[in-house]
Amino acid sequence: MGITRRQFFGWMGAAVGSQMAFTAQAKAAGTAHFTGYPGSMGVLHDISRCIGCRKCEAACNQVNHLPAPETPFDDRAVLEKIRRPHAAAFTVVNQYKPKGKPGPVFVKTQCNHCMEPACVSACFVKALTKSKTGAVVYDASLCVGCRYCMVACPFNIPAFQYHNPLTPEITKCTLCQPRIQKGLRPGCVEACPQEALTFGKREELIKIAKQRIGAYPERYEDHIYGENEMGGCNWLYISNTPFTGINMREDLGITPAPALTAGALAAVPVVVSLWVVFINGLRAISKRKEQIATEEKSQAVSAAVLSEQARFNNEIKQLKEKAKTEKEAAITREVKKALEAAARGPSENGAGQTPPSPKPSGTAHPEKQENN
Amino acid sequence: MEHLTPTPPALTTGRDTVFTPFNIVSGIIILIGCVITVLRFTRGIGGVSNLNDTNPWGLWIGFDLYCGVALAAGGYVTCAACYIFGLKQFRCAVRPAVLTAFLGYGLVVFALNYDVGRPWRLPYPIFLSQGTTSVLFEVALCVFLYLSVLMLEFSPVAFEWLNWKRARYIIGKVSMVLIIFGIILSTLHQSSLGAIFLITPSKLHPLWYSGYLPVYFFISSIFAGMSMVIFEHSLVARFLHDKIDAEHHLESNNVALGFAKSAAFLMAGYIMIQIIGIAIDNDWKYLPTRWGLWYLIEIIGFVAIPAILYAIGVRERNIKLIQRTSLWAVLGIVLNRLNVSLIAFNWQLPLNQRYFPSFMEIMTTIFIVTIGVVIYRFVVTRMPVLYAHPDFPDDH
Repeated sequence: MGITRRQFFGWMGAAVGSQMAFTAQAKAAGTAHFTGYPGSMGVLHDISRCIGCRKCEAACNQVNHLPAPETPFDDRAVLEKIRRPHAAAFTVVNQYKPKGKPGPVFVKTQCNHCMEPACVSACFVKALTKSKTGAVVYDASLCVGCRYCMVACPFNIPAFQYHNPLTPEITKCTLCQPRIQKGLRPGCVEACPQEALTFGKREELIKIAKQRIGAYPERYEDHIYGENEMGGCNWLYISNTPFTGINMREDLGITPAPALTAGALAAVPVVVSLWVVFINGLRAISKRKEQIATEEKSQAVSAAVLSEQARFNNEIKQLKEKAKTEKEAAITREVKKALEAAARGPSENGAGQTPPSPKPSGTAHPEKQENN
Repeated sequence: MEHLTPTPPALTTGRDTVFTPFNIVSGIIILIGCVITVLRFTRGIGGVSNLNDTNPWGLWIGFDLYCGVALAAGGYVTCAACYIFGLKQFRCAVRPAVLTAFLGYGLVVFALNYDVGRPWRLPYPIFLSQGTTSVLFEVALCVFLYLSVLMLEFSPVAFEWLNWKRARYIIGKVSMVLIIFGIILSTLHQSSLGAIFLITPSKLHPLWYSGYLPVYFFISSIFAGMSMVIFEHSLVARFLHDKIDAEHHLESNNVALGFAKSAAFLMAGYIMIQIIGIAIDNDWKYLPTRWGLWYLIEIIGFVAIPAILYAIGVRERNIKLIQRTSLWAVLGIVLNRLNVSLIAFNWQLPLNQRYFPSFMEIMTTIFIVTIGVVIYRFVVTRMPVLYAHPDFPDDH
């Protein structure tokens, strides 16, 4: 197949262009280790201090202008069931009764504001972004509502307005980004009567957590949840009971979510570039094979024609020679006959002068051929 | 052979009444679909489906998108076999396969209109705000581009039908570029549909989660496409035999034999890479569990056995066996895609938090499949798909 120069440059342009479009992911696969935006904010949740009063839920409802709940926030009966954040509640407090604990344990759940969030990397319209303040923020004006962020989130946090038919949005804790930008603390932190929630710079929160665990090693689990989970979160937890027993998975690993898909995304431009080569190569090979087959066929045909012709010529030659000898023999025979007749007597002279009898029919044709 | 009619077959269906059993059944389903459509856009996704915050994707993604795309793979596989690998005897299978792929992708996008929150924003990722870190962005871009390519690849059929000779000539000039572009796009997004779940190692069961997910999806899409081409032809030969010309009929057996043979090898290779995936992640401990049993049913029951049956069918030149096996293999692909996207996803959740599709979700899916069948039937009874057009005998 012919590849014109213009085609070649066109393909190269496409290949290079696609590489440029995807360089953003290629970086994620590098050796650089992202440790969070410096000075970004977070919250430390000391589970051992939480009493399940749900004041944080009420405050969250208020500052985010969410609809009033079916049961009021001071109704502790809702604690009997395990809940998750949903379209009308960015945060929920759950009650657990882990084995070996005399009383119940209360855990507040909301967006953990991962340092390298799965939802942000999963969003195909950049509706979710990681702010330098530490908050993972959502822009409803871009959202298509595909819900891949919900699939991707290892903590099952983003929720969806399933009963909004035309303008459904993803809902989740914003870390009270608008309040942070005004220099205020998040609504839930401000409302907590137990100081179970501490707002501050992430680095400092880790120090506080370590101090508490160090000061009361018999009280706390030796694990700051969120320090390394999924690459680290801006929301951190310390607990007086193992996290697995209070519905907080400890098997998530420390790989940030974007790293999980970086390899596959980085393969895209490579596949594009190489496939152009492979496919055209394969096509060229099959075309070439076809061409060779056609050539071999025509060669075989012409060889066959040649050998046929040679055989034919040979036959003609043989026939000609045969004819020649036959002719000579006939002449000699006739001459002999004539001589004999002459010798016998003059009475038969007239017959003796007649030309020799016609040549054998086979010889006429080759002579004609030769003349051609 | 006794079904053969001279070329070209009659261009009209020649029916006396519109109230054929097929039309009545499909009409009722489409009517129900329209009602559900109204409900979907008045009550919201939650009003018609069992989707919830913990199970954001259901049947519409698991079947309509995942199975739809996998089963539409016949388009690029047949094009590659015919035009790249130079297997000219597959030429008759190209048009039906491209039509199936075009319809398949079209319906995938159609189904997305039900599933996403604001379908009119579906062009956003491509034209407004490109989230290039997302695998879904890659899928969206590829599906968008490939759907356009498929439309162009299929357009010669429509042009021949409309007798637009000039347009037919122009599109014929660029057909090879389209085919190559189509193969690249298919490779990318068949695999990226698997890569979608790379981000959920904590939610997808380890027997299905693997770093090789994109490779699994790509390889399985090839034999899915081949099986679909064989299966589709067996259906066409049965229900639309008067639309097939002699050449298509003769070659379809060669196509079945050729694809069955390749599929058998590919399925064997697929099983090998599945084993490698388990070995690399050391997931052996999950095999003697209930999930392990389910996994083995998928891999042995719906990949290994069809592979062997294909091989036997090819050796004995048993077209019937190959056609039956193709349905089996197609079901195996459906099972695999449903396993990855729904069944083995969120496997750790207690049963009462798991998802099962609602009646209306299932009806929507049936509605969409029915639309596909109706359009397919409409096209092949009118346009030169299963037979060569008399005015364009040796084109394409």
